[in-house]
Amino acid sequence: MLLAILLQAVAEGAGLGILGAGIGAGLVALGAGLGIGRIGGSAMESIARQPEAGGKIQTAMIIASALIEGVSLFGVVVCLLIAIA
Amino acid sequence: MDLVTPSIGLIFWQAVTFLIVLFLLAKFAWKPIMKALNDREASIENALSAAEKAKLEMQALKADNEKLLAEARLERDRILKEATEAGNNIVETARQKAEEEGSRMITNAREVIENEKRAAITEVKNMAAVLSLDIAERILKRELSDPKTQEALAQDYVREVTLS
Amino acid sequence: MKRLLVLLFSFLTLTSAFAEEAAEGGKFEPGPMILHHIADDYLWEFAHGVELYLPVILWDNGELVTFSSSNFYNEDHERVPYKGYAMLHGHIFKVGADGEVLEDYPGLYNLSITKNIASMFISVALLLVIFFVIAARYKKNPGKAPSGIQSFFEPIIIFIRDDIAKANIGPKYERYMPFLLTVFFFIWFNNLLGLMPGGANLTGNISVTAVLAVIVLVVTVFSGNKTYWGHIFATPGVPRWLAPIMIPVELLGIITKPFALMVRLFANITAGHIIILSLFSLIFIFESLAVAPLSVAFAIFMNFLELFVALLQAYIFTLLSAMYFGGAVEEHDHAEGHH
Repeated sequence: MLLAILLQAVAEGAGLGILGAGIGAGLVALGAGLGIGRIGGSAMESIARQPEAGGKIQTAMIIASALIEGVSLFGVVVCLLIAIA
Repeated sequence: MDLVTPSIGLIFWQAVTFLIVLFLLAKFAWKPIMKALNDREASIENALSAAEKAKLEMQALKADNEKLLAEARLERDRILKEATEAGNNIVETARQKAEEEGSRMITNAREVIENEKRAAITEVKNMAAVLSLDIAERILKRELSDPKTQEALAQDYVREVTLS
Repeated sequence: MKRLLVLLFSFLTLTSAFAEEAAEGGKFEPGPMILHHIADDYLWEFAHGVELYLPVILWDNGELVTFSSSNFYNEDHERVPYKGYAMLHGHIFKVGADGEVLEDYPGLYNLSITKNIASMFISVALLLVIFFVIAARYKKNPGKAPSGIQSFFEPIIIFIRDDIAKANIGPKYERYMPFLLTVFFFIWFNNLLGLMPGGANLTGNISVTAVLAVIVLVVTVFSGNKTYWGHIFATPGVPRWLAPIMIPVELLGIITKPFALMVRLFANITAGHIIILSLFSLIFIFESLAVAPLSVAFAIFMNFLELFVALLQAYIFTLLSAMYFGGAVEEHDHAEGHH
């Protein structure tokens, strides 16, 4: 099924670039999801362990997620540029 | 690539507008707002600390009052006790004095009575002597005026002498 | 309030859907439509047919040329050159004598009030009005409890002061408060305006975020103290012979921090717009009304998410700026714990 779509796309001249962009976007989402998921999980654990430090942990969590998000958005922008430019 | 190509017009207007807004807001909005917030926080802080201070002062005052009251109570007790003691003392001394006086008076009276008694006895004795002498004299006078009686008397004496 | 929000979103979804239809000429192409929506423009199209032509301002080799962008369109809404200038792919070019477009004509600077800039002016006017009103209220009744709009913004201002500035900059935070507050509210207001129906994608434009990032960079570099530069030119704990590698890396680090700020804001907001528009495009891609409820529901969900992202991105930008400023003015040395 997937192969058929792929072959059709290539045959129609949609370009492997767009395919790459799509796969790249998927990978970016995967990486960012893993990263932010780990941060979120660890933050939850720490808050459960030390509820009184919840505010500080939350701030640190948001900062770390923002950094990961920043990196993943670099990837998204690149994919976007490949796909539409 | 249009997406990530900066455009000169937007950069220009953004920079100019943002800096003007930054200046205007900093001067006319943030400064008074921050000042007001800080002032208010300071005034709240002051009010709180003043209330705390007043509370402490109040407590100190109350403690002082209580201390004074307790001292007064102690003083009163002390004075009362002293007064009672003094009263007791006075009564005691008065009693003692009275007793002493009484006993002294009694002794005196006894002495006087004794003296009087003695004097009276002496007097009585003297009077008795005088009286007996008198009586004896009168008897003697009457007895010896009669020769018979004299005889009898002499007889008596003689009897007595012989007997002894 | 709730009813108002519902109304707002139904309006939003409706107008967006209409905009979709408008773009649909023959075969529907989601890519160009979305790009058109997130890109800058010389006319502000609120809905199909309701549009505002914005002024074009050109600096042509020392000469200022201004005219309305409506001159670029004829009665049939086709693009035509005007006064020797032509609009092509969202750019304005000089047109040569023979009617040919000169792609690289030197000395032509385009300072037009575009859709984004007009939206920025609106947001700036809003900012000024709102905060002047608030400041006036603070002046009018000092020491009193906040009321109305004042009590809505006061916790935010206090949050920025206590949890962003004081926590990350330290005792010298006062100096940076105006910038942090301005940048926070500027980004937030523009994010929200961008979510309005027909709104411009201002904070999702790389030029805007680049300017903000450059200001952060300049402020950081100019407030850097001895400790900060010491860290860059003689990083403690690193052997001296490594300096040729460390110094360029550290110098690059100065640039990459604001660069990441720039890309983060731009990409977040743009991605949000693209996702919402894509969800609506699904209706037209499948050419079926059956998809509409699902697509609209997802779009509404994304809108709520974007409302949160609008605030979050403003917060992150302000927080990271504060952290960079804090790193620049940090006094204590490496030995006693450094982050």
